[in-house]
Amino acid sequence: MAAAVRYADVEVGTEVPAVDFAVQRVNLVRYCGASGDFNTIHWNERFATSVGLPNVIAHGMYTMAEAARVVTDWVGDPGAVVEYGVRFSSPVVVPDDGVGATLTVSGRVEEKLADNRVVVGLTATSGDAKVFSGARAVVQLA
Amino acid sequence: MPLNRDFIGRSYPASAPYEVGREKIREFATAIGDANPAYVDADAARALGHPDVIAPPTFLTVLTFRFFDESSIVDPGLGLEYSRVVHGEQRFVHHRPVRAGDRLAVTSRVADIRDAGRNELLTTQSEVTTVDSERVATVYNTLVSRGTAASAAQQEA
Repeated sequence: MAAAVRYADVEVGTEVPAVDFAVQRVNLVRYCGASGDFNTIHWNERFATSVGLPNVIAHGMYTMAEAARVVTDWVGDPGAVVEYGVRFSSPVVVPDDGVGATLTVSGRVEEKLADNRVVVGLTATSGDAKVFSGARAVVQLA
Repeated sequence: MPLNRDFIGRSYPASAPYEVGREKIREFATAIGDANPAYVDADAARALGHPDVIAPPTFLTVLTFRFFDESSIVDPGLGLEYSRVVHGEQRFVHHRPVRAGDRLAVTSRVADIRDAGRNELLTTQSEVTTVDSERVATVYNTLVSRGTAASAAQQEA
């Protein structure tokens, strides 16, 4: 593996650049097809509101995949992500209004481990909602 | 109605191997909008030290849905009502990256069922290996079963 970031060059507190992701219905439909998760709450507004949701919501796993890009774009080699976990707290609500939602993800090195590994903590928000109550990736640096 | 705790420890091996296709990786990477060349360009992946294109870190979720019908959560004896379920936690431990051409076997185990306030948390642990028993990943998935804890039922009674 070939991470583009050197362990010696990061410290606890090193920021991973924040990224805004636009999330529209078409993204969710594509993700339904690619992942195999066709749960109706991810594409049908009538059904989503009938079960008490404000609107169609993004797959948790879609938001998790977007958040991972903040780490993989930073480190270059996606194979350097040796562990990745999130706790979901609020859904990303995606209205059919031509705009959709914005998911903002930022990261920060929280801990330096042995063997050139670091823990990156991730924060994801959409509007006022905190999308994850906890998210961390263990990354193998060069 | 609380979940059946007799299910803790039960294992559900998938009936068939999953072959990771290069075009499936491309489709998944496109769907998440990720243009990293390691997912689509074998030369770029090799330059990073991988033998072939690799899959994004959350790709193994595809296996969850591929083998959904063979998993514990659709076993009626467990008592899980899908309409009450939300996704609580997800964690991937990658022993090595998933790559095109992998033939993967997956065995899921009900690791834990416990109360969390009025809800119950159902955690499954899936071991993903190649068909030659090389360890690839361990995947933890926690579902929240809303309002099914025994304490919630008592409050309603």
